[in-house]
Amino acid sequence: MTNPRLLEVEDLVVRYRTRRSVVRAVESASFTVGEGETVAIVGESGSGKSTTAYALLGLLPRAAGVTGGRIAFDGRDLTALPERGWRELRGREIALIPQDPGTSLNPVQRVGAQVAEAVRLAGDADRGAARTRALGLLADAGLPDPEAQARRYPSELSGGMRQRVLIAIAIAARPRLIVADEPTSALDVTVQRRVLDHIGGLVRESGTGLLLITHDLGVAAERADRVLVMRSGAIVERGTPGEVLSDPRDPYTRSLIEAAPGLARTPRPRRVRLTAVPGGAPGDPFAVKPDALPDAVPDVVADGPVLRVEGLVKEFRAPRSSGTVRAVDDVSFAIPRGRTYGLVGESGSGKSTTARLILRLADPTAGRVFLGGEDITGSRGGAQRLLRRRMQIVHQNPFASLDPRRPIERIVTDPLASFGLGSRAQRRRRAAELVDLVALPSSVLRRRPAELSGGQRQRVAIARALVLNPELLVCDEPVSALDVSVQAQILDLLAALQAELGVSYLFISHDLAVVRHIADEVGVLSRGRLVESGPTEQIFAGARHAYTRELLDAIPGRR
Amino acid sequence: MPATDLALTTGEHVPEPEPADRPGHARHLLRGLLRNPWLVLSVIWVGLVVVAAVEPSLFAPGDPLEVDTGARLQAPSLGHPFGTDRLGRDLFDETVHGTGRTLPAAALATAVGLGAGALLGLLAGFLRGIADLVIMRLVDVLLSIPGLLLALMLVAVLGKGDTADVGLAIGVAAIASTARVTRAEVLRVSASGFVEAARTGGARRTRVLLRHVLPNSMGPVWALTLLLFGEAVLGVTTLSFLGFGAQPPTPEWGSLVSSGRDFLGGAWWLSILPGTVVALTVLAANRVSRAFEDEGTGR
Repeated sequence: MTNPRLLEVEDLVVRYRTRRSVVRAVESASFTVGEGETVAIVGESGSGKSTTAYALLGLLPRAAGVTGGRIAFDGRDLTALPERGWRELRGREIALIPQDPGTSLNPVQRVGAQVAEAVRLAGDADRGAARTRALGLLADAGLPDPEAQARRYPSELSGGMRQRVLIAIAIAARPRLIVADEPTSALDVTVQRRVLDHIGGLVRESGTGLLLITHDLGVAAERADRVLVMRSGAIVERGTPGEVLSDPRDPYTRSLIEAAPGLARTPRPRRVRLTAVPGGAPGDPFAVKPDALPDAVPDVVADGPVLRVEGLVKEFRAPRSSGTVRAVDDVSFAIPRGRTYGLVGESGSGKSTTARLILRLADPTAGRVFLGGEDITGSRGGAQRLLRRRMQIVHQNPFASLDPRRPIERIVTDPLASFGLGSRAQRRRRAAELVDLVALPSSVLRRRPAELSGGQRQRVAIARALVLNPELLVCDEPVSALDVSVQAQILDLLAALQAELGVSYLFISHDLAVVRHIADEVGVLSRGRLVESGPTEQIFAGARHAYTRELLDAIPGRR
Repeated sequence: MPATDLALTTGEHVPEPEPADRPGHARHLLRGLLRNPWLVLSVIWVGLVVVAAVEPSLFAPGDPLEVDTGARLQAPSLGHPFGTDRLGRDLFDETVHGTGRTLPAAALATAVGLGAGALLGLLAGFLRGIADLVIMRLVDVLLSIPGLLLALMLVAVLGKGDTADVGLAIGVAAIASTARVTRAEVLRVSASGFVEAARTGGARRTRVLLRHVLPNSMGPVWALTLLLFGEAVLGVTTLSFLGFGAQPPTPEWGSLVSSGRDFLGGAWWLSILPGTVVALTVLAANRVSRAFEDEGTGR
């Protein structure tokens, strides 16, 4: 009864016309999706996976076109379908769950109305019936208390809830095929798991076909019946998750397996070895080191912890009421010199607030922060500014954290210029040194951020954070905005930099699998409280707290 | 810029993106210009007007004040392309030489409106709090008075009535809108990640303002410059049409249009032709300004 060839794609070729050339985005891709079947396409940014998805929906941008091959849906040839034909198919037969829940909903319309609109477009329901059905759909999509949520605006919902609204819209017309384009890439792992569980359940119950586009092989392997790996527009690997994981034929697949943080049973061996040795004292790279030994290994044992926080509390005034909200609640931990402490928790668990308190970007309500034994809790003005020489931050989003108008050299040396350290020539040399240290070619020095990829930009941000020789580097979700494969490179780089420079990290992430590869110790934050803390492998071997176990279960590909 | 992070296993080898193609960029710009004939004409027109303001004798070697009573109110001809006025002066010469009055005044107005407005907007957006409140309420007051009325009042107060006063008055009237645009941009840029990155990098407030916020918020303000300039040309000519600014016989666009007013029935060219020059200049400035805006917002 079920149709094993609901969607048939044969030798699909998609090209983009640019001003100067033609880019082959998809090169002769062939695959099928059956009813009730989940097929995952895995690949990194630019591999052509999203282009394939949009070709199936007739939503390619103007500059792109299907120049060869065949797309057939339930026996109908869609390749030469006019726009009007697509409109009847899209939403009703083939639905899309878009990538970014932040921008895919109309911000000035209540979400209930947006789902009801999809219901009305799908069939002949009248206004009242559409509203009732919209509530049912929101419930089906796993949104708690749909009656109340339907009256809210997208900005009042969290990312996970918005994604569920998008799912409700996608299933409104009971489509026969759902294309999910990175449906959970913008979400926390725990939320990702709940959302994917839900999509999976819907697909199984209704016999819908699902084409899941993702950059994370862990997600694909866990959720799909069949996995396709795409690279540079071509499908390089196909098979069941078991086949692909245990016996990858293409070297690219192998590297993707290694890159997926959740697939490793043990921490990955660190592969990057660095050679450059930047000198200088902490806070001033140009100062002459008193004991300039050629291979001075940082003295790990002699010193106390580089950072210690005790009973840190931060309260915010609650919106629209007189009470307060405790964002950080009695958090204490210490980071030994040259080590990494991983702080893990969901969005809103207080981990970024903790980082801001440590960096003195906000004042704690109670508690103390010690940097190298010195109490910095009450530092202000000039003294506070001097602290920046000893601790630096790497932000989550490398697309926002670099000044778009300045060349990379100036961006990297900006902290030096802020403190008036070194001559122009010295700074230039230091920039070249650091760019080399983070494994970027020296030619990037003259480029501007827009000319670099996300991974390259994050390397620049790391170079900038290291330019002052800080003792502590706070990494606030440094890889969450990056593809899995690029994540692995950045994590390797951070580990190698630590081995080389002896810098300590506070590594903040929502993903325990990522933290595992970098942290010596892990603290788990839930609603502002540190619920569990200890050596990383100990947490992985036997987590005591229920929330930690939930985080562990959420790691894709672990089950 | 995807697909540049393909190096997976090594981590040390990162492929370089293609180097930016500078000569190709210039060629691309040229081709874009050729596809926009109106833009090309506008650029040429603005260029001619600027040259006329600096060196009017290039186009009109004659003396604009030379009276020839034998050739009064003559229609446009080869000898007198714009005709002659009631004293037999060559209207083309007068118009060309008038550029030297109108344009500097408009330029002054633009500089004042842009400079003071951008400074106020920058301070308001960056300092926030009480400074923001005070500055923006003042701007609201400025906006609540019609621009031309404000300029008229200012010229009346400044008194002497030469073109510099007119330019200053028009410029002050333009401060409000520039301040608003700048403040909005500064607010947007101040909230961005790289500003916080500069702060955590240890930069002082002034450094953050001058090195990071200012350069990144001026784009839309620069695009406003030519638009403002076009408006200033119109404002300056309007004021001198009303009798402020350059006094006859000194030729100026607005006063030329004004003095031809009484002869509209018999000698239409006296008002229409200088008026057309004003209109073309404003339109050309707007067109070029739009091109800058498109370029600034990435087409």
